[in-house]
Amino acid sequence: MIEVKDLCVRAGTFALEDISFRIPSGTYGVLMGRTACGKTSVLEAICGLRRPAAGRILLDGKDVTRVKAADRGIGYVPQDAALFTTMTIRNQLGFALTVRGWDQEAIDSRAEELAEQLAVGHLLERYPQGLSGGERQRVALGRALAFHPTILCLDEPLSSLDEETRGDMCELLRRVAAESHVTTLHITHSPTEARELADTLLRIQDGRLISEHAGQTNQAPEGPDV
Amino acid sequence: MNAEGEHRRASGEHRAGSDVPFLACLLVLGGTYVLLIAGMLLADLAFTSPGHLLASFASREIRYAVRLSLLSCSMTALLSLWVAVPIGYLMSRFEFRGKAIVDALLDIPIVLPPLVIGLSLLILFRTWPGQFVERFIPITYAVPGVILAQFMVACAFAVRTMRTTFDQISPRQEQVAFTLGCSRSQAFWMVVLPQTREGMLAAGTLAWARALGEFGPILIFCGATRLRTEVMPTTVFLELSVGNIEAAVAVSLLMVLAAVFVLLVVRFFARSGAYEGLRL
Repeated sequence: MIEVKDLCVRAGTFALEDISFRIPSGTYGVLMGRTACGKTSVLEAICGLRRPAAGRILLDGKDVTRVKAADRGIGYVPQDAALFTTMTIRNQLGFALTVRGWDQEAIDSRAEELAEQLAVGHLLERYPQGLSGGERQRVALGRALAFHPTILCLDEPLSSLDEETRGDMCELLRRVAAESHVTTLHITHSPTEARELADTLLRIQDGRLISEHAGQTNQAPEGPDV
Repeated sequence: MNAEGEHRRASGEHRAGSDVPFLACLLVLGGTYVLLIAGMLLADLAFTSPGHLLASFASREIRYAVRLSLLSCSMTALLSLWVAVPIGYLMSRFEFRGKAIVDALLDIPIVLPPLVIGLSLLILFRTWPGQFVERFIPITYAVPGVILAQFMVACAFAVRTMRTTFDQISPRQEQVAFTLGCSRSQAFWMVVLPQTREGMLAAGTLAWARALGEFGPILIFCGATRLRTEVMPTTVFLELSVGNIEAAVAVSLLMVLAAVFVLLVVRFFARSGAYEGLRL
Protein backbone atom coordinates (compact mmCIF):
# COMPACT_ATOMS: atom_id res chain seq x y z
CA MET A 1 0.00 0.00 0.00
CA ILE A 2 1.17 3.52 -0.79
CA GLU A 3 -0.03 6.15 1.64
CA VAL A 4 0.85 9.83 1.36
CA LYS A 5 -0.17 12.20 4.15
CA ASP A 6 -0.09 16.02 3.91
CA LEU A 7 2.90 15.88 1.59
CA CYS A 8 4.52 19.14 0.55
CA VAL A 9 7.15 19.21 -2.18
CA ARG A 10 9.00 22.31 -3.28
CA ALA A 11 11.33 22.92 -6.21
CA GLY A 12 12.53 26.50 -6.64
CA THR A 13 9.48 28.75 -6.66
CA PHE A 14 7.14 25.85 -7.33
CA ALA A 15 5.28 24.19 -4.44
CA LEU A 16 2.69 21.48 -4.17
CA GLU A 17 1.16 21.32 -0.73
CA ASP A 18 -1.02 19.09 1.44
CA ILE A 19 -1.14 16.16 -0.94
CA SER A 20 -2.79 13.10 0.60
CA PHE A 21 -3.86 9.87 -1.06
CA ARG A 22 -3.83 6.12 -0.62
CA ILE A 23 -3.37 3.33 -3.11
CA PRO A 24 -4.48 -0.01 -1.62
CA SER A 25 -2.18 -3.04 -1.80
CA GLY A 26 -2.03 -4.85 -5.11
CA THR A 27 -4.01 -2.19 -6.98
CA TYR A 28 -3.09 0.12 -9.84
CA GLY A 29 -3.08 3.84 -9.08
CA VAL A 30 -2.79 6.46 -11.79
CA LEU A 31 -1.79 10.03 -11.01
CA MET A 32 -2.83 12.45 -13.74
CA GLY A 33 -2.11 16.07 -14.38
CA ARG A 34 -0.90 18.57 -16.91
CA THR A 35 2.76 18.69 -17.89
CA ALA A 36 4.90 20.25 -15.13
CA CYS A 37 2.08 20.28 -12.56
CA GLY A 38 4.31 18.48 -10.05
CA LYS A 39 3.37 14.82 -10.64
CA THR A 40 6.98 13.74 -11.08
CA SER A 41 8.00 15.59 -7.90
CA VAL A 42 5.40 13.60 -5.92
CA LEU A 43 6.66 10.35 -7.45
CA GLU A 44 10.28 11.25 -6.73
CA ALA A 45 9.39 12.04 -3.13
CA ILE A 46 7.78 8.60 -2.80
CA CYS A 47 10.85 6.93 -4.33
CA GLY A 48 13.19 8.82 -1.99
CA LEU A 49 14.82 10.88 -4.74
CA ARG A 50 13.43 14.20 -3.52
CA ARG A 51 13.22 15.30 0.09
CA PRO A 52 9.70 16.48 0.93
CA ALA A 53 9.33 19.83 2.74
CA ALA A 54 6.60 18.34 4.96
CA GLY A 55 4.29 15.37 5.28
CA ARG A 56 4.69 11.61 5.59
CA ILE A 57 5.06 8.73 3.17
CA LEU A 58 4.07 5.24 4.25
CA LEU A 59 4.78 2.10 2.23
CA ASP A 60 2.94 -1.04 3.37
CA GLY A 61 2.24 0.74 6.65
CA LYS A 62 5.89 1.67 7.34
CA ASP A 63 6.89 5.33 7.53
CA VAL A 64 9.71 5.77 4.98
CA THR A 65 9.75 9.58 4.84
CA ARG A 66 13.38 9.73 6.05
CA VAL A 67 14.51 6.40 4.59
CA LYS A 68 17.11 6.38 1.77
CA ALA A 69 15.92 5.49 -1.75
CA ALA A 70 18.09 2.36 -1.71
CA ASP A 71 16.28 1.03 1.38
CA ARG A 72 12.69 1.70 0.26
CA GLY A 73 12.47 -1.32 -2.03
CA ILE A 74 10.55 0.49 -4.76
CA GLY A 75 10.78 -0.53 -8.40
CA TYR A 76 11.18 2.74 -10.33
CA VAL A 77 10.82 3.28 -14.08
CA PRO A 78 11.69 6.83 -15.17
CA GLN A 79 10.21 8.54 -18.21
CA ASP A 80 13.31 8.13 -20.37
CA ALA A 81 13.91 4.55 -19.07
CA ALA A 82 17.47 5.65 -18.11
CA LEU A 83 18.99 2.30 -19.04
CA PHE A 84 22.62 1.91 -17.94
CA THR A 85 24.71 2.87 -20.96
CA THR A 86 27.57 0.43 -20.44
CA MET A 87 25.63 -2.71 -19.48
CA THR A 88 24.05 -5.47 -21.54
CA ILE A 89 20.32 -5.99 -21.13
CA ARG A 90 21.06 -9.20 -19.19
CA ASN A 91 23.19 -7.22 -16.70
CA GLN A 92 20.55 -4.50 -16.41
CA LEU A 93 17.88 -7.08 -15.56
CA GLY A 94 20.17 -8.65 -12.96
CA PHE A 95 21.55 -5.37 -11.58
CA ALA A 96 19.43 -5.11 -8.43
CA LEU A 97 20.23 -8.73 -7.62
CA THR A 98 23.97 -8.21 -8.14
CA VAL A 99 23.78 -5.32 -5.69
CA ARG A 100 21.99 -7.63 -3.24
CA GLY A 101 24.75 -10.22 -3.56
CA TRP A 102 22.75 -13.02 -5.21
CA ASP A 103 24.84 -15.79 -6.77
CA GLN A 104 25.35 -15.59 -10.53
CA GLU A 105 23.22 -18.64 -11.32
CA ALA A 106 20.20 -17.20 -9.53
CA ILE A 107 20.73 -13.82 -11.19
CA ASP A 108 20.88 -15.40 -14.65
CA SER A 109 17.79 -17.45 -13.97
CA ARG A 110 15.81 -14.38 -12.81
CA ALA A 111 17.03 -12.36 -15.82
CA GLU A 112 15.85 -15.14 -18.18
CA GLU A 113 12.49 -15.31 -16.41
CA LEU A 114 11.96 -11.54 -16.70
CA ALA A 115 13.14 -11.53 -20.31
CA GLU A 116 10.53 -14.15 -21.15
CA GLN A 117 7.78 -12.36 -19.23
CA LEU A 118 8.54 -9.05 -20.99
CA ALA A 119 9.41 -10.52 -24.40
CA VAL A 120 12.96 -9.15 -24.48
CA GLY A 121 14.76 -12.52 -24.60
CA HIS A 122 16.29 -11.73 -28.00
CA LEU A 123 17.87 -8.56 -26.58
CA LEU A 124 19.70 -10.07 -23.60
CA GLU A 125 23.22 -9.73 -24.99
CA ARG A 126 22.66 -6.31 -26.53
CA TYR A 127 23.45 -2.86 -25.16
CA PRO A 128 20.67 -0.26 -24.80
CA GLN A 129 21.84 1.84 -27.74
CA GLY A 130 19.60 1.27 -30.73
CA LEU A 131 16.66 -0.27 -28.84
CA SER A 132 13.20 1.02 -29.72
CA GLY A 133 11.16 3.07 -27.22
CA GLY A 134 8.95 0.09 -26.38
CA GLU A 135 11.94 -2.22 -25.89
CA ARG A 136 13.65 0.30 -23.62
CA GLN A 137 10.57 0.63 -21.45
CA ARG A 138 10.14 -3.15 -21.20
CA VAL A 139 13.78 -3.54 -20.12
CA ALA A 140 13.41 -0.70 -17.58
CA LEU A 141 10.29 -2.41 -16.23
CA GLY A 142 12.11 -5.74 -15.94
CA ARG A 143 15.04 -4.07 -14.20
CA ALA A 144 12.65 -2.49 -11.68
CA LEU A 145 10.78 -5.76 -11.02
CA ALA A 146 13.86 -7.98 -10.70
CA PHE A 147 14.11 -7.86 -6.91
CA HIS A 148 10.36 -8.55 -6.39
CA PRO A 149 9.43 -5.10 -5.05
CA THR A 150 6.00 -4.66 -3.48
CA ILE A 151 5.72 -1.12 -4.88
CA LEU A 152 6.21 -0.05 -8.50
CA CYS A 153 6.47 3.61 -9.56
CA LEU A 154 6.22 4.46 -13.25
CA ASP A 155 6.90 7.99 -14.50
CA GLU A 156 5.08 8.49 -17.82
CA PRO A 157 6.41 5.19 -19.15
CA LEU A 158 4.35 5.29 -22.34
CA SER A 159 4.65 8.95 -23.29
CA SER A 160 7.23 8.44 -26.04
CA LEU A 161 5.58 5.41 -27.67
CA ASP A 162 3.43 5.22 -30.79
CA GLU A 163 -0.27 4.33 -30.45
CA GLU A 164 0.09 0.63 -31.25
CA THR A 165 3.07 0.06 -28.95
CA ARG A 166 1.28 2.05 -26.26
CA GLY A 167 -1.70 -0.30 -26.44
CA ASP A 168 0.57 -3.34 -26.17
CA MET A 169 2.45 -1.80 -23.24
CA CYS A 170 -0.82 -1.00 -21.43
CA GLU A 171 -1.79 -4.65 -21.68
CA LEU A 172 1.66 -5.72 -20.55
CA LEU A 173 1.60 -3.35 -17.55
CA ARG A 174 -1.80 -4.67 -16.48
CA ARG A 175 -0.67 -8.27 -16.78
CA VAL A 176 2.70 -7.75 -15.07
CA ALA A 177 1.12 -5.79 -12.20
CA ALA A 178 -1.42 -8.56 -11.66
CA GLU A 179 1.18 -11.36 -11.87
CA SER A 180 3.65 -9.61 -9.59
CA HIS A 181 0.99 -8.48 -7.06
CA VAL A 182 2.68 -5.08 -6.83
CA THR A 183 1.04 -1.86 -5.76
CA THR A 184 1.57 0.46 -8.71
CA LEU A 185 1.66 4.24 -9.00
CA HIS A 186 1.69 5.30 -12.64
CA ILE A 187 2.03 8.92 -13.74
CA THR A 188 0.56 10.09 -17.00
CA HIS A 189 -1.14 12.98 -18.71
CA SER A 190 -3.09 10.64 -20.98
CA PRO A 191 -6.79 10.07 -20.09
CA THR A 192 -6.79 6.94 -22.30
CA GLU A 193 -3.97 5.35 -20.30
CA ALA A 194 -5.68 6.32 -17.08
CA ARG A 195 -9.00 4.78 -18.16
CA GLU A 196 -7.34 1.56 -19.28
CA LEU A 197 -5.17 1.02 -16.22
CA ALA A 198 -6.48 2.77 -13.12
CA ASP A 199 -8.09 1.14 -10.14
CA THR A 200 -7.54 4.40 -8.29
CA LEU A 201 -7.44 7.59 -10.32
CA LEU A 202 -5.85 10.69 -8.83
CA ARG A 203 -5.67 14.03 -10.54
CA ILE A 204 -3.60 17.11 -9.76
CA GLN A 205 -5.56 20.10 -10.93
CA ASP A 206 -4.84 23.74 -10.09
CA GLY A 207 -2.60 22.68 -7.23
CA ARG A 208 -5.28 20.42 -5.69
CA LEU A 209 -5.36 16.65 -5.61
CA ILE A 210 -8.65 15.03 -6.57
CA SER A 211 -9.24 11.35 -5.91
CA GLU A 212 -11.87 10.50 -8.52
CA HIS A 213 -12.83 7.05 -7.32
CA ALA A 214 -13.47 8.17 -3.77
CA GLY A 215 -14.94 11.38 -5.11
CA GLN A 216 -13.14 13.34 -2.44
CA THR A 217 -11.29 16.59 -2.92
CA ASN A 218 -8.15 17.14 -0.97
CA GLN A 219 -7.94 20.68 0.37
CA ALA A 220 -4.76 22.09 -1.05
CA PRO A 221 -3.95 25.73 -1.63
CA GLU A 222 -3.63 26.95 -5.17
CA GLY A 223 -0.08 26.32 -6.32
CA PRO A 224 1.58 27.80 -9.34
CA ASP A 225 1.57 25.56 -12.39
CA VAL A 226 5.19 25.35 -13.41
CA MET B 1 13.73 48.56 -55.51
CA ASN B 2 14.46 47.11 -58.94
CA ALA B 3 11.89 45.53 -61.23
CA GLU B 4 13.07 41.96 -60.61
CA GLY B 5 12.68 42.44 -56.86
CA GLU B 6 9.19 43.88 -57.34
CA HIS B 7 8.26 40.92 -59.52
CA ARG B 8 9.51 38.37 -56.96
CA ARG B 9 7.68 40.12 -54.14
CA ALA B 10 4.50 40.15 -56.16
CA SER B 11 4.76 36.48 -57.09
CA GLY B 12 5.84 35.37 -53.57
CA GLU B 13 8.89 33.72 -55.09
CA HIS B 14 11.95 33.38 -52.83
CA ARG B 15 15.44 32.25 -53.73
CA ALA B 16 18.11 31.69 -51.08
CA GLY B 17 21.48 33.25 -51.85
CA SER B 18 24.56 31.25 -52.76
CA ASP B 19 26.41 29.37 -49.97
CA VAL B 20 29.76 29.89 -51.65
CA PRO B 21 30.81 33.20 -49.99
CA PHE B 22 29.97 31.86 -46.51
CA LEU B 23 31.85 28.59 -47.03
CA ALA B 24 34.76 30.47 -48.62
CA CYS B 25 35.03 32.69 -45.51
CA LEU B 26 35.06 29.62 -43.25
CA LEU B 27 37.72 27.97 -45.41
CA VAL B 28 39.95 31.04 -45.49
CA LEU B 29 39.70 31.71 -41.75
CA GLY B 30 40.08 28.08 -40.68
CA GLY B 31 42.54 27.20 -43.40
CA THR B 32 44.97 29.95 -42.38
CA TYR B 33 45.40 28.42 -38.95
CA VAL B 34 45.75 24.85 -40.25
CA LEU B 35 48.34 26.03 -42.79
CA LEU B 36 50.27 27.86 -40.08
CA ILE B 37 50.51 24.68 -37.99
CA ALA B 38 51.54 22.56 -40.97
CA GLY B 39 53.97 25.28 -42.10
CA MET B 40 55.68 25.40 -38.70
CA LEU B 41 56.19 21.64 -38.61
CA LEU B 42 57.43 21.54 -42.20
CA ALA B 43 59.87 24.37 -41.53
CA ASP B 44 61.24 22.46 -38.52
CA LEU B 45 61.59 19.34 -40.64
CA ALA B 46 63.35 21.26 -43.40
CA PHE B 47 65.74 22.84 -40.89
CA THR B 48 66.94 19.55 -39.45
CA SER B 49 68.26 16.32 -40.90
CA PRO B 50 68.39 12.67 -39.81
CA GLY B 51 72.00 13.32 -38.88
CA HIS B 52 71.03 16.06 -36.43
CA LEU B 53 68.36 13.84 -34.90
CA LEU B 54 70.83 10.97 -34.46
CA ALA B 55 73.43 13.30 -33.03
CA SER B 56 70.88 14.56 -30.50
CA PHE B 57 70.11 11.03 -29.44
CA ALA B 58 73.82 10.30 -29.07
CA SER B 59 74.01 12.97 -26.36
CA ARG B 60 73.70 11.48 -22.87
CA GLU B 61 72.10 14.66 -21.53
CA ILE B 62 69.42 14.68 -24.20
CA ARG B 63 68.67 10.98 -23.72
CA TYR B 64 68.23 11.68 -19.98
CA ALA B 65 65.92 14.63 -20.74
CA VAL B 66 63.76 12.51 -23.05
CA ARG B 67 63.53 9.75 -20.45
CA LEU B 68 62.69 12.17 -17.63
CA SER B 69 60.09 13.93 -19.80
CA LEU B 70 58.31 10.69 -20.70
CA LEU B 71 58.41 9.41 -17.11
CA SER B 72 57.34 12.67 -15.43
CA CYS B 73 54.55 13.30 -17.97
CA SER B 74 53.15 9.82 -17.45
CA MET B 75 53.28 10.21 -13.66
CA THR B 76 51.63 13.62 -13.98
CA ALA B 77 48.85 12.23 -16.19
CA LEU B 78 48.14 9.42 -13.69
CA LEU B 79 48.22 11.75 -10.68
CA SER B 80 46.00 14.25 -12.50
CA LEU B 81 43.37 11.58 -13.22
CA TRP B 82 43.59 10.36 -9.62
CA VAL B 83 42.62 13.85 -8.46
CA ALA B 84 40.45 15.03 -11.36
CA VAL B 85 37.93 12.18 -11.15
CA PRO B 86 36.84 12.86 -7.54
CA ILE B 87 36.92 16.65 -7.97
CA GLY B 88 35.00 16.47 -11.26
CA TYR B 89 32.35 14.22 -9.68
CA LEU B 90 31.98 16.35 -6.54
CA MET B 91 31.70 19.59 -8.50
CA SER B 92 29.24 18.10 -10.96
CA ARG B 93 26.90 16.35 -8.52
CA PHE B 94 26.89 18.36 -5.29
CA GLU B 95 25.84 21.85 -4.28
CA PHE B 96 27.62 23.24 -1.24
CA ARG B 97 28.45 26.54 0.38
CA GLY B 98 31.55 28.10 -1.16
CA LYS B 99 31.29 26.07 -4.36
CA ALA B 100 31.81 29.17 -6.51
CA ILE B 101 35.05 29.95 -4.64
CA VAL B 102 36.32 26.37 -5.05
CA ASP B 103 35.39 26.54 -8.73
CA ALA B 104 37.37 29.76 -9.18
CA LEU B 105 40.34 28.30 -7.28
CA LEU B 106 40.38 25.28 -9.59
CA ASP B 107 40.74 27.63 -12.57
CA ILE B 108 43.67 29.58 -11.12
CA PRO B 109 46.39 27.26 -12.51
CA ILE B 110 44.84 27.71 -15.97
CA VAL B 111 44.81 31.50 -15.91
CA LEU B 112 47.97 32.10 -13.88
CA PRO B 113 51.20 32.62 -15.85
CA PRO B 114 53.21 29.37 -15.55
CA LEU B 115 56.22 31.28 -14.21
CA VAL B 116 54.11 32.50 -11.29
CA ILE B 117 53.14 28.92 -10.49
CA GLY B 118 56.82 27.98 -10.33
CA LEU B 119 57.60 30.94 -8.11
CA SER B 120 54.63 30.23 -5.85
CA LEU B 121 55.73 26.60 -5.46
CA LEU B 122 59.22 27.77 -4.59
CA ILE B 123 57.84 30.08 -1.91
CA LEU B 124 55.49 27.36 -0.60
CA PHE B 125 58.44 25.02 -0.06
CA ARG B 126 60.27 27.74 1.81
CA THR B 127 57.52 27.78 4.48
CA TRP B 128 57.67 25.40 7.44
CA PRO B 129 55.14 22.84 6.08
CA GLY B 130 57.11 22.76 2.81
CA GLN B 131 60.40 22.41 4.66
CA PHE B 132 58.84 19.60 6.74
CA VAL B 133 57.91 17.66 3.58
CA GLU B 134 61.37 18.31 2.11
CA ARG B 135 62.90 16.58 5.12
CA PHE B 136 61.43 13.30 3.87
CA ILE B 137 61.22 13.81 0.08
CA PRO B 138 63.50 16.23 -1.76
CA ILE B 139 61.19 18.34 -3.92
CA THR B 140 62.82 21.65 -4.87
CA TYR B 141 65.50 21.25 -7.57
CA ALA B 142 64.75 17.50 -7.73
CA VAL B 143 62.74 15.09 -9.93
CA PRO B 144 59.65 15.02 -7.63
CA GLY B 145 59.60 18.82 -8.03
CA VAL B 146 59.50 18.43 -11.82
CA ILE B 147 56.45 16.18 -11.49
CA LEU B 148 54.80 18.54 -8.97
CA ALA B 149 55.37 21.59 -11.22
CA GLN B 150 53.87 19.76 -14.21
CA PHE B 151 51.02 18.40 -12.08
CA MET B 152 50.01 21.83 -10.73
CA VAL B 153 49.24 23.08 -14.25
CA ALA B 154 48.19 19.88 -16.06
CA CYS B 155 45.76 18.73 -13.37
CA ALA B 156 43.62 21.85 -13.75
CA PHE B 157 42.93 20.88 -17.38
CA ALA B 158 42.13 17.30 -16.38
CA VAL B 159 39.72 18.58 -13.70
CA ARG B 160 37.86 20.75 -16.24
CA THR B 161 37.59 17.80 -18.64
CA MET B 162 36.31 15.41 -15.97
CA ARG B 163 33.80 17.96 -14.67
CA THR B 164 32.37 18.33 -18.18
CA THR B 165 32.36 14.55 -18.57
CA PHE B 166 30.32 14.07 -15.37
CA ASP B 167 28.03 16.99 -16.30
CA GLN B 168 27.18 15.22 -19.54
CA ILE B 169 26.14 11.99 -17.77
CA SER B 170 22.50 12.29 -16.73
CA PRO B 171 22.04 11.85 -12.97
CA ARG B 172 18.88 9.88 -13.75
CA GLN B 173 20.80 6.61 -14.18
CA GLU B 174 22.36 7.12 -10.76
CA GLN B 175 18.93 7.78 -9.27
CA VAL B 176 17.61 4.54 -10.76
CA ALA B 177 20.63 2.74 -9.29
CA PHE B 178 19.74 4.17 -5.84
CA THR B 179 16.19 2.83 -6.09
CA LEU B 180 17.62 -0.56 -7.10
CA GLY B 181 19.51 -0.71 -3.80
CA CYS B 182 22.84 0.99 -4.55
CA SER B 183 24.76 3.14 -2.12
CA ARG B 184 26.27 6.26 -3.67
CA SER B 185 29.65 4.58 -3.99
CA GLN B 186 28.14 1.49 -5.66
CA ALA B 187 26.25 3.70 -8.12
CA PHE B 188 29.48 5.58 -8.84
CA TRP B 189 31.63 2.51 -9.47
CA MET B 190 29.02 0.39 -11.27
CA VAL B 191 27.00 2.93 -13.25
CA VAL B 192 28.79 6.29 -13.56
CA LEU B 193 32.51 5.57 -13.78
CA PRO B 194 32.27 3.03 -16.66
CA GLN B 195 30.67 5.81 -18.71
CA THR B 196 33.61 8.17 -18.21
CA ARG B 197 36.14 6.02 -20.10
CA GLU B 198 36.43 8.42 -23.03
CA GLY B 199 36.47 11.46 -20.74
CA MET B 200 39.24 9.90 -18.67
CA LEU B 201 41.26 9.17 -21.81
CA ALA B 202 40.79 12.77 -22.93
CA ALA B 203 41.69 14.16 -19.49
CA GLY B 204 44.77 11.92 -19.21
CA THR B 205 45.96 12.80 -22.72
CA LEU B 206 45.43 16.50 -22.14
CA ALA B 207 47.34 16.37 -18.85
CA TRP B 208 50.15 14.38 -20.49
CA ALA B 209 50.45 16.77 -23.42
CA ARG B 210 50.27 19.84 -21.18
CA ALA B 211 52.97 18.39 -18.91
CA LEU B 212 55.23 17.63 -21.89
CA GLY B 213 55.29 21.31 -22.88
CA GLU B 214 55.69 22.66 -19.34
CA PHE B 215 58.80 24.77 -18.97
CA GLY B 216 58.40 27.94 -16.91
CA PRO B 217 57.42 26.43 -13.53
CA ILE B 218 60.07 23.70 -13.86
CA LEU B 219 62.78 26.25 -14.62
CA ILE B 220 61.90 28.37 -11.57
CA PHE B 221 61.08 25.55 -9.15
CA CYS B 222 63.64 22.91 -10.17
CA GLY B 223 66.26 24.80 -12.17
CA ALA B 224 67.80 23.54 -15.41
CA THR B 225 70.47 21.17 -14.16
CA ARG B 226 71.66 18.73 -16.80
CA LEU B 227 71.23 15.03 -15.93
CA ARG B 228 69.08 16.04 -12.99
CA THR B 229 66.03 18.22 -13.63
CA GLU B 230 66.37 18.66 -17.39
CA VAL B 231 63.26 17.84 -19.37
CA MET B 232 62.84 18.23 -23.14
CA PRO B 233 61.66 21.88 -23.10
CA THR B 234 64.63 22.66 -20.83
CA THR B 235 66.92 21.06 -23.42
CA VAL B 236 65.48 23.27 -26.16
CA PHE B 237 66.08 26.31 -23.94
CA LEU B 238 69.64 25.28 -22.97
CA GLU B 239 70.66 24.38 -26.53
CA LEU B 240 69.20 27.63 -27.85
CA SER B 241 70.98 29.67 -25.20
CA VAL B 242 74.37 28.31 -26.38
CA GLY B 243 73.46 28.87 -30.04
CA ASN B 244 73.03 25.19 -30.92
CA ILE B 245 69.85 25.71 -32.94
CA GLU B 246 70.15 22.35 -34.77
CA ALA B 247 69.99 20.41 -31.51
CA ALA B 248 67.12 22.61 -30.24
CA VAL B 249 65.10 21.92 -33.40
CA ALA B 250 65.91 18.21 -33.28
CA VAL B 251 64.63 17.95 -29.69
CA SER B 252 61.57 20.04 -30.61
CA LEU B 253 60.78 17.55 -33.36
CA LEU B 254 61.20 14.70 -30.89
CA MET B 255 58.59 16.41 -28.70
CA VAL B 256 56.25 16.74 -31.68
CA LEU B 257 56.75 13.05 -32.52
CA ALA B 258 56.17 12.00 -28.90
CA ALA B 259 52.97 14.08 -28.70
CA VAL B 260 51.64 12.74 -32.02
CA PHE B 261 52.50 9.16 -30.96
CA VAL B 262 50.58 9.51 -27.68
CA LEU B 263 47.58 11.04 -29.43
CA LEU B 264 47.52 8.20 -31.97
CA VAL B 265 47.87 5.51 -29.29
CA VAL B 266 45.06 7.02 -27.24
CA ARG B 267 42.78 7.31 -30.26
CA PHE B 268 43.55 3.72 -31.24
CA PHE B 269 42.62 2.43 -27.79
CA ALA B 270 39.53 4.63 -27.66
CA ARG B 271 38.33 3.14 -30.93
CA SER B 272 39.35 -0.49 -30.56
CA GLY B 273 38.74 -0.85 -26.83
CA ALA B 274 36.02 -3.31 -25.87
CA TYR B 275 33.59 -0.55 -25.09
CA GLU B 276 30.52 -1.97 -26.70
CA GLY B 277 28.29 0.40 -24.82
CA LEU B 278 29.23 3.31 -27.00
CA ARG B 279 28.89 1.47 -30.28
CA LEU B 280 25.68 2.34 -32.00
